[in-house]
Amino acid sequence: MSGRIVHIAANTFREAVRDRVLYNLIAFALLMSGAAILVGQISIGIEHLVVINLGLTAVSLFGVVIAIFIGIGLVSKEIDKRTLYTVLSRPVQRWEFIVGKFFGLAGTLVVNTFFMALGVFAALFYVSRHFRAVDGWILVALYFIILQFVIITALALLFSSFSSPLLSAVFAFALFVIGTFSEDLRGFAGLTHGFTRWLATGAAYLVPNFSALNVISSVAHEQPVSGQLIWSNTAYALVYASMALCGAVLIFEHRNLK
Amino acid sequence: MKPSPRITITASILLFACLAGSVLLLQSIDRQRTGATLEEVLYISSPKLVKRLSLGYDGLLADIYWTRAVQYFGDKLTKGSEHFDLLAPLLDITTTLDPHLLVAYEYGANFLSPKPPYGAGQPERAVQLTEFGIRNNPGLWHLYYDLGFIYYVDAKQYAKAAKAFSDGADQPDAHPAMRIMAAKMAEHAGDLQTARMMWSMTFQTAKDPMVQDNAAAHLRALQVDEDVALLERLASQYRDRTGHLPQSFADLEAANLLRGIPVDPLGHTYKLMPDGRVEVRVPDDMPFIEKGMPPGYTPPLKPHLRPES
Repeated sequence: MSGRIVHIAANTFREAVRDRVLYNLIAFALLMSGAAILVGQISIGIEHLVVINLGLTAVSLFGVVIAIFIGIGLVSKEIDKRTLYTVLSRPVQRWEFIVGKFFGLAGTLVVNTFFMALGVFAALFYVSRHFRAVDGWILVALYFIILQFVIITALALLFSSFSSPLLSAVFAFALFVIGTFSEDLRGFAGLTHGFTRWLATGAAYLVPNFSALNVISSVAHEQPVSGQLIWSNTAYALVYASMALCGAVLIFEHRNLK
Repeated sequence: MKPSPRITITASILLFACLAGSVLLLQSIDRQRTGATLEEVLYISSPKLVKRLSLGYDGLLADIYWTRAVQYFGDKLTKGSEHFDLLAPLLDITTTLDPHLLVAYEYGANFLSPKPPYGAGQPERAVQLTEFGIRNNPGLWHLYYDLGFIYYVDAKQYAKAAKAFSDGADQPDAHPAMRIMAAKMAEHAGDLQTARMMWSMTFQTAKDPMVQDNAAAHLRALQVDEDVALLERLASQYRDRTGHLPQSFADLEAANLLRGIPVDPLGHTYKLMPDGRVEVRVPDDMPFIEKGMPPGYTPPLKPHLRPES
């Protein structure tokens, strides 16, 4: 990674922190402590499960919202504030700007996830009074959530490179929802014939597959995640995010900024 | 510009006053619309649709639906309701969202199966729920035990109970008593001894104190049923011998039919009535008994599972 990309990434991270993005951690902390204390009183036998399910779901949803709403403004905000021209007037390539923005936001989300993970484990300790070896699978679920953020950040950046913030948010969120149904889409495609099948299968493979990245329920039930899946999901997320990032670079390279 | 302290104080006081006012007004509105907020509605009744709408976060949604089922059952139970219309659909949604949520099968079947006021009186739905649990969690002997329990206690289908226990005995790490239970079902299904064995096993294997209390209360009830039947039989024998009913247990003792004054499992002495019937002294502390209740007795809405507390 060139020094310029690192600088842009660091500035993006600083800007996100200055925008009080990490304030969501307060809401998260309240949610986790509330759940840890309350659930035992209003339900039966699911204290441990709720802390994992609620904690990981909150980590995922908070992160998705941050990725979309910060990601969609990464390019357009710089254009609106005319700071982009200052950056590009220096020896910075357009692709470096996009890649730097991507790493900056991804880094913000990783830091955010790290603190939330601490909250999840603290709540888990409060409920169970001890940790077990199987709790280690929660780390795998958190890793998959980060992979999910990587894809969404790249997609948000892709939309941000050619569209308005509002439309980018709609596109990114719609793709997130569709991505959770991607396995169903492939199933539906398998039921069609001829050209429709070809088209439907193509569309099903084009949308991101978020369902494979969601192992929250499995780890909550202490079911192990195979090393093969960890490897496949890592490769898939990196390839898919790179694809979206390449699209963003291509569009941004050819965009008329005058 | 510096903030004005006067405005800061006034705005702060107004903020808290308005907050308190809104809470009071809302309480007043709730009083006018009693029950409106607790309307018995399941907005989405299709478990599959709820699962689709969960966007993959089905584990959390299952926990929420399970909590709702617990709250619904608890609310109905404390009100002494005989209708639990939403209980089975709530449990269906819960287990469809998370088919591995074992607690929903174990407790859910216990909510559905017993007759009101102790449960929903829907043993057939309890059977469906437990069978769904077995299909999705193969190899768990405890679910077969629950299934056999429902067939035995509430559905009174002893052959099916025997099959459930026998199938459960074939599962890995099955409790050794499962095989004995299957044999007992086949031979002596209606015996008090068999019922006692069932509840003893529940008491021993349950991890939850509430389930243990429930099993202990049933064991006490079985003991009382057995004691009352025996004491009434002795009173009848006394009448056959003497031509009149005993006035007290001391008469039975004097006639060498009894040794000492009999007490129930909680240590209270039984009452011998003038007509030869035997009653428990504190029926409220003896939920689930079928014998020894005063005529016209209505049990409390919430059974006293732990009378000593």
